[in-house]
Amino acid sequence: METTMKTDLEDFRLETRKWLEENCPPSMRMPIKESTDYFWGGRNATFHSEDQKIWFERMLEKKWIVPYWDTKYGGGGLSREENNILTQEMTRLGCRKPIFSFGISMLGPALHKFANEDQKMRFLPEITTGKTWWCQGYSEPNAGSDLAGLQTKAEDKGDHYLVNGSKVWTSYANKADWIFCLVRTDFEAPKHNGISFLLIDMASVGVSTRPIKLISGKSPFCETFFDNVKVPKENLIGTLNEGWSIAKYLLTHERQMIGGVGETDVRKELHEIAQKCLPMKNNQLVDGILRNEIAVQEMNDAIFNVTIQRIMDEAKTGVNAGALSSFFKYYGTEQNVSRMELMTAITGSDGLIWEGENETAGNQARLFCRSKGNTIEGGTSEIQLGIIAKRILNLPS
Amino acid sequence: MALILNEEQKMLKDSAAEFLALNAPVEQFRALRDNSYTPYDHDLWKEIIEMGWTALTIPEAYNGLDFGYVGLGQVLEEMGKNLTKAPLFSSIVLGGTALVHSTNEELKKRWIPSLMNGNKRVAFAQDETSYYAPETIHCRAKKTKEGYVLDGQKKMIIDGKDADAYLVVAKTDQEETALFLIDANSKGIAISTEVLLDAGTYASIDLQNVTIDHGDRVSAPGKGDKLIQRINTTAAIALSAEMMGMIHAAYGQTIAYLQERQQFGKRIGSYQALQHRAAKLFCEIELCKSIVIKALKGLDEEVKNVDELASLAKAKLGLTLKEVSNEAMQMHGGIGVTDDVNIGFYFKRARVAQRLFGDYNYHLDRYAQLNGY
Repeated sequence: METTMKTDLEDFRLETRKWLEENCPPSMRMPIKESTDYFWGGRNATFHSEDQKIWFERMLEKKWIVPYWDTKYGGGGLSREENNILTQEMTRLGCRKPIFSFGISMLGPALHKFANEDQKMRFLPEITTGKTWWCQGYSEPNAGSDLAGLQTKAEDKGDHYLVNGSKVWTSYANKADWIFCLVRTDFEAPKHNGISFLLIDMASVGVSTRPIKLISGKSPFCETFFDNVKVPKENLIGTLNEGWSIAKYLLTHERQMIGGVGETDVRKELHEIAQKCLPMKNNQLVDGILRNEIAVQEMNDAIFNVTIQRIMDEAKTGVNAGALSSFFKYYGTEQNVSRMELMTAITGSDGLIWEGENETAGNQARLFCRSKGNTIEGGTSEIQLGIIAKRILNLPS
Repeated sequence: MALILNEEQKMLKDSAAEFLALNAPVEQFRALRDNSYTPYDHDLWKEIIEMGWTALTIPEAYNGLDFGYVGLGQVLEEMGKNLTKAPLFSSIVLGGTALVHSTNEELKKRWIPSLMNGNKRVAFAQDETSYYAPETIHCRAKKTKEGYVLDGQKKMIIDGKDADAYLVVAKTDQEETALFLIDANSKGIAISTEVLLDAGTYASIDLQNVTIDHGDRVSAPGKGDKLIQRINTTAAIALSAEMMGMIHAAYGQTIAYLQERQQFGKRIGSYQALQHRAAKLFCEIELCKSIVIKALKGLDEEVKNVDELASLAKAKLGLTLKEVSNEAMQMHGGIGVTDDVNIGFYFKRARVAQRLFGDYNYHLDRYAQLNGY
């Protein structure tokens, strides 16, 4: 039995490899370099190249936009093993994702777990075909780390909710079609028990957005304002006033995504750049203090990568790794921030260039600035340490 | 290589944990210390041999179990938790590695079975100064017609008191670093001992015109560096496994204390200043777990970068054990610095384990060197 299964999977791997080699255009196998390399889909979908369009359409036809979702929602219906093989083969060839979508990575899992069947049939196929560009409405000007203190309100007006308030840090809100939002539906209840999860069409009357410029000079972030926005009642996901459990579930996904910044193979990057930029003597960096800092950074980067592998191996045997998402988020982002800090030290004034004639001028300084947000977004480092203390170490409140 | 234990390795770990909790807990460590720093309990050592722990890393060709370093690492980790004293590290990790990877068949046949069944013990004599510096050896082995004459001083020899023989690192006439086996009763050896911070007894030996046979050269000509490197790498990884156990124990006891100790009418674990420090250590410990199992697997699978893994492990564990043992003392408050509680034992042993086979500085430097900077 097991041998048959293994043979089937091996066949699947070979077929997948062949199909990808034949269908993924060479330019879609190049590393992502700039914002036009991403395709986001949506009502006003814009392809930035012919190859981007071809690649998306071929994957769509194959139902591999979301290969592991059920076919009734437009997914590919692949088993976990098959999906892993597809991911491995795509990584091997360097294939880009055909679409970047918060619908796939964040909203989708929540809909699968909390939405009713009508809602699933309504929203999931729009994600698997790339027709809806979703954004996330969680944080508010006065509800950052204290997310549950959010004040955007949705009042019950019989056949609809009337939404008033504002959200902040909504990525791509100025381009997205729909937003999944946390709103307050009960003002008397304790703060965690009065929150609901609502889906809102960004084209609704009363919705407006304003982009936020970060210290890096630009950003996809926006503020989003709701001024007497009418939202149909069937857009409520899960039970009224129980939206916090959906929020927590989704935050776990988000943290794993952000913490994943440490996953890329960057651990040799620092010393290789240092070897090129800085004086060496007897195969050692002359600046002994910087050398020490690089070694500490690379030691921890290397071991953090081993840790990701270990915890994934443990998860395969059924160990629940969910509680560790705060660890990944905290450690991954702290490492990223300190790595960017070191990169700035290593590259000297070149790393400080903000604008210049060279095509890549300013990239590093802007990435450095952007990294400062990593230990804040998705729950600050301090929030993560608090979660580890309470949920994993069982320290008292 | 999946970074998890298989069923047999898990069973070994569980049985070691159960056995040591019953037969060699920290109270035994305290009792041995209070009884004139007795190095180890001979009955316990016998039981350890009967359970086969001394055979775990010995190949089947020498009637060993060939179970591997991941397995032995689990035993060492559990011993670290309990601060168990036994010559498993000195005689098997150090002595066993030296002999198993020697090409001197006659010597192997004579010694490996004795090490496994505990009839004899060997001790590894490498360090010559107060610091770990395996690349700087001054002890000389001068070739003669019958064999070699050794001269020099060695110190920091683990379980060197009452060892049956010493494995001595020395320079040959060709300036090659080589390994020699010297019977402890040889003429010209003067042995002295010191008790260190961890209540362990460490020996120093003074070799003056000590003569040995040709047959007692452990490393073949041209193979000395590689063999000695292998012993050092294996030692750094095995010691990291023991340190992992110490980290788990000291950290676990500290978290338990934070959960129960009350001050200002609240349990002290509710204070954010302590919560965040405890949570940061939790993260570092997650990293330690990963590099220890990765390095143990690296030994078993003979991966190419095992020296790099050894340095990563010993550097990371050295740093984290220092932090954990310091925080354990501080978070226990006044009681932590008394001899009445056990937490201070981990702090003391941590400093000796840090020194043995290279501290954090040494291995971080070496990690950078291996990467060409």
